[in-house]
Amino acid sequence: MRSVDDPDIYVVGECAQHRGEVYGLVAPLWEQATVLARHLTGTDPTAAYHGSRTATKLKVAGVDVAAMGVTGPQRDDDEFVVFSEPRRGVYKSVVVRDGALIGATLLGDMSKVAFLTSAFDRGLPLPAERVGLLFDLGAPPAEVGVAEMPADTQVCNCNGVNKGTLVSCVTSGVRSVPGVMAQTRAGKGCGSCKGLVQQIVEWAAGGEVEDDPSARWYVPGVPLDKPELMAAIRAQELRSVSSVFAALAPEGKEDAASKMPLASLLKMMCGKEYLDERDARFVNDRVHANIQRDGTFSVVPQVKGGVTTPDQLRRIADVADKYGVPLVKVTGGQRIDLLGIRKEDLPAVWSDLDMPSGYAYGKSFRTVKTCVGSDFCRFGLGDSTTLGIALEERYQGLESPAKMKLAVAGCPRNCSEALVKDVGVVAVDGGRWEIYVGGAAGASVRKGDLLATVDSGEEVIRLAGRFMQYYRENGRWLERTYDFVPRIGLERLRALIVDDAEGLAESLDVAIQASVDAYYDPWREAANPATPGQFASSLPLIPLPTVPVRA
Amino acid sequence: MTAPVTAELPRSTGGKLPAGEYQLGPVSAIPLGEGRAYAVGAAQVAVFRLRDGSLRGLSAVCPHAGGPLADGQLDASVVMCPLHARTFDLRTGNCRNDDLAVPAYAVREQAGEVILAVPGDPS
Repeated sequence: MRSVDDPDIYVVGECAQHRGEVYGLVAPLWEQATVLARHLTGTDPTAAYHGSRTATKLKVAGVDVAAMGVTGPQRDDDEFVVFSEPRRGVYKSVVVRDGALIGATLLGDMSKVAFLTSAFDRGLPLPAERVGLLFDLGAPPAEVGVAEMPADTQVCNCNGVNKGTLVSCVTSGVRSVPGVMAQTRAGKGCGSCKGLVQQIVEWAAGGEVEDDPSARWYVPGVPLDKPELMAAIRAQELRSVSSVFAALAPEGKEDAASKMPLASLLKMMCGKEYLDERDARFVNDRVHANIQRDGTFSVVPQVKGGVTTPDQLRRIADVADKYGVPLVKVTGGQRIDLLGIRKEDLPAVWSDLDMPSGYAYGKSFRTVKTCVGSDFCRFGLGDSTTLGIALEERYQGLESPAKMKLAVAGCPRNCSEALVKDVGVVAVDGGRWEIYVGGAAGASVRKGDLLATVDSGEEVIRLAGRFMQYYRENGRWLERTYDFVPRIGLERLRALIVDDAEGLAESLDVAIQASVDAYYDPWREAANPATPGQFASSLPLIPLPTVPVRA
Repeated sequence: MTAPVTAELPRSTGGKLPAGEYQLGPVSAIPLGEGRAYAVGAAQVAVFRLRDGSLRGLSAVCPHAGGPLADGQLDASVVMCPLHARTFDLRTGNCRNDDLAVPAYAVREQAGEVILAVPGDPS
């Protein structure tokens, strides 16, 4: 900065006023000094100081203070979010303009300073719920701020990909989120880090992220989003996966990775009219069991609502003995898992069990976990086991964009963990039931949102079915309800499903009834294999790593 | 203590064939669009029957983590391992999404039978 009346006098620091602003902090002084040095050394006589965006952290009289940018709104459409709790000495405010953070003031609580500083410095995307700028809302660690995350921080914990690897992938020229994910395998495991991967790619690309249109396609091999794809399937009356490729894929080319999601979608849409092509199924759905790391399978018979009988337990024990089952495991969904079954033994195992499939291997309705309920529990308010069994009986095996785990609790103590299920039902006093949707306690943890409180078990079954059908028709492939519900929004879901604001309810009820009617127990294929060698071994002759046998 | 899991795969049958060629049984034993595993000499081979009817052969074991490739889903050019979705080119055996490869075998149909050639095999 130069003095106004004498070009030979330069000034830096708080002895000078610049465009109405006196900077009392050291950071602007460094910026001013940089300009001064360029003039004095002659390296850049045109260098000019245009003002500073300041961000600082201080301790004033024992109170933590952080301030950056403006302290209040300056234009009519600036967003100003304030939290003030004077008794505890806490004040927080942020100013947002056109989606970017232009100011923040924090007093007494510094928990969000790291994210706010990097959002302010780098113009990071902000959470849609602005209150998330002031408080941690239990969101994934994505909001720590990708800028100051060390390069060796592991981002994808499934495939061991760190931030540095993602950044160098972007630097090497890959500019789309799906592109980086494909190259590094980040986000290709459980998928819970996808949001963080996206933020890192956006940050590393400096806002030059290429929009990859394939990101909105339902399957990678057909360039249509889900509504477009479903409309085309209906219009052209397509009934099989191969006919979808022939009619809708570029040059009619089939695509291995698209087969499973298409098979699921067509089965959901066509019910009994679906033309089943076995090659379109993932191996789990071909042999109705879950493939394990050594190529053997796990077998989980249906135990509705987690309620079994001595007779069923005897049969399960006999099967475990007869087939030398290496691991018998009680699952989180209140069932019994027989692990390490050879593919060629599956049909015999099923017929010896003489129980229906528990669908523990599919992208489908899995199970309904229940607590003891009012019959035995002295706190029970509702008959959770009966309702759980009724739900499972009705919706068993329904295919869906991702698995659906349910639970019913007989009172708000919530012993069956109904608050963290895709659909969870909780009995409350007065003979009523609360229905929660979008809960999760897996790769993500999320408390379900209260969709409705209803007066009867029949009403629970009806609304739960309507919600699941809406999810089946509108969920993205592998999108669990814990992402789906926030994406659609609870208010909208309530309007559509509970209040029937758009007149969809009847068609949803009809559609799910058709799927319920199309249910069959796939384990009945034991006697009549669907294809030659359906249960032929694919294991190599060499022994592979196997499940350890515990005494 | 571990229980080794072994399985009997269909073995190559006899027949007058040029050296290094094996007859693996009827093509109809492999459903369209799927694969089946065979023991061929000392090797284990997954034979795939594409939806257009043509045949491809790859080593049966995924080099990433031992997955059974014959259980994978395929299209006209690749098969995806059922364990972790490593994707292999059906002609070259090269992996599309990892630095891996599996041996590829020449396989053809002759009078309804699957005939597989093992390079360098004297039998």
